[in-house]
Amino acid sequence: MDAAFFLRWLAAAAAAVDREADRLTELDAAIGDADHGSNLRRGFAAVATALDAGPPGTPGAVLALAGRQLISTVGGASGPLYGTLLRRTGKELGDAQRVSVAELGAALRAGVAAVAQLGGSAPGDKTMLDALVPGADALGASDAAGDPFDAVRAAAEEGARATEALRARKGRASYLGERSVGHLDPGASSSALLFATLAEVAR
Amino acid sequence: MAQEGRVGVVVVSHSGPVAEAVAELARGLAGLTTAPVAPAGGTRDGGLGTSADLVVEAARAVDGGAGVALLVDLGSAVLTVKALLAEGDELPAGTRLVDAPLVEGAVAAVVTSATGADLDAVAAAAEEAYGYRKV
Repeated sequence: MDAAFFLRWLAAAAAAVDREADRLTELDAAIGDADHGSNLRRGFAAVATALDAGPPGTPGAVLALAGRQLISTVGGASGPLYGTLLRRTGKELGDAQRVSVAELGAALRAGVAAVAQLGGSAPGDKTMLDALVPGADALGASDAAGDPFDAVRAAAEEGARATEALRARKGRASYLGERSVGHLDPGASSSALLFATLAEVAR
Repeated sequence: MAQEGRVGVVVVSHSGPVAEAVAELARGLAGLTTAPVAPAGGTRDGGLGTSADLVVEAARAVDGGAGVALLVDLGSAVLTVKALLAEGDELPAGTRLVDAPLVEGAVAAVVTSATGADLDAVAAAAEEAYGYRKV
């Protein structure tokens, strides 16, 4: 995978976020402050614009630039969280021109660990980590059998679905306590979307 | 706004008016017309939320070389500042996130900064604000 692959991924992610923004905001209306979709739409639109204006030449630089844009423009907590995910993953990839699936898996796990540290969260807290951790782990665990990115997509989707039964322990949803149970977590849902677009461009 | 040798204080809130009012309150209670305190509230377009760019601009504006104390409200304000600090290259050297209540902490920080105290003392004064029980 080269820089062009990562540019295609983020373009696909921006398109998917734009398409699904209303659904994400609806999910956030139930247990948050009803801005997740619109915040991410603004952030990923800025990512697409920045990458179009000056596409970086390496996978790491593509992800680092995208992450910085998200931190600047999203406005909500998902900005620094997704920004840290992409930027840390990009830094892990260094200045390699091409990266392997195994290298991306290791870098993504480092990026996800940075998100967990920033938010002080763990899987089971009903956050984006419930999709990011199984997704990144699936890429690490992939061997020859099957499409590794399809395993990532499936694991992240399953993780996002499982947040419905969880009680929120982080962010605004945690104020709702038991009333947060029975709703999908918007952050886990957008994380599943991010990994679904990765599988889409890898296909 | 930067004053040589004074610790800068930045008030980061989800709301522009809240950040401005808290900075103004701290400046007023410190008895100063010019204190190294700056607001970074809301998003660039005036909405609710946190702007990393506004935080960086405010920190640079109040940096007098003695460090900058960042006071934040909640959620994305905390995470944005932590993400900026983790990068290490955007905020002035000696910028610190202070664990304190926003209003009381900002007043304590600005009053302490005005005495010429160092960053450790400014941060400690702000953090002590958690200890003042009201009931």
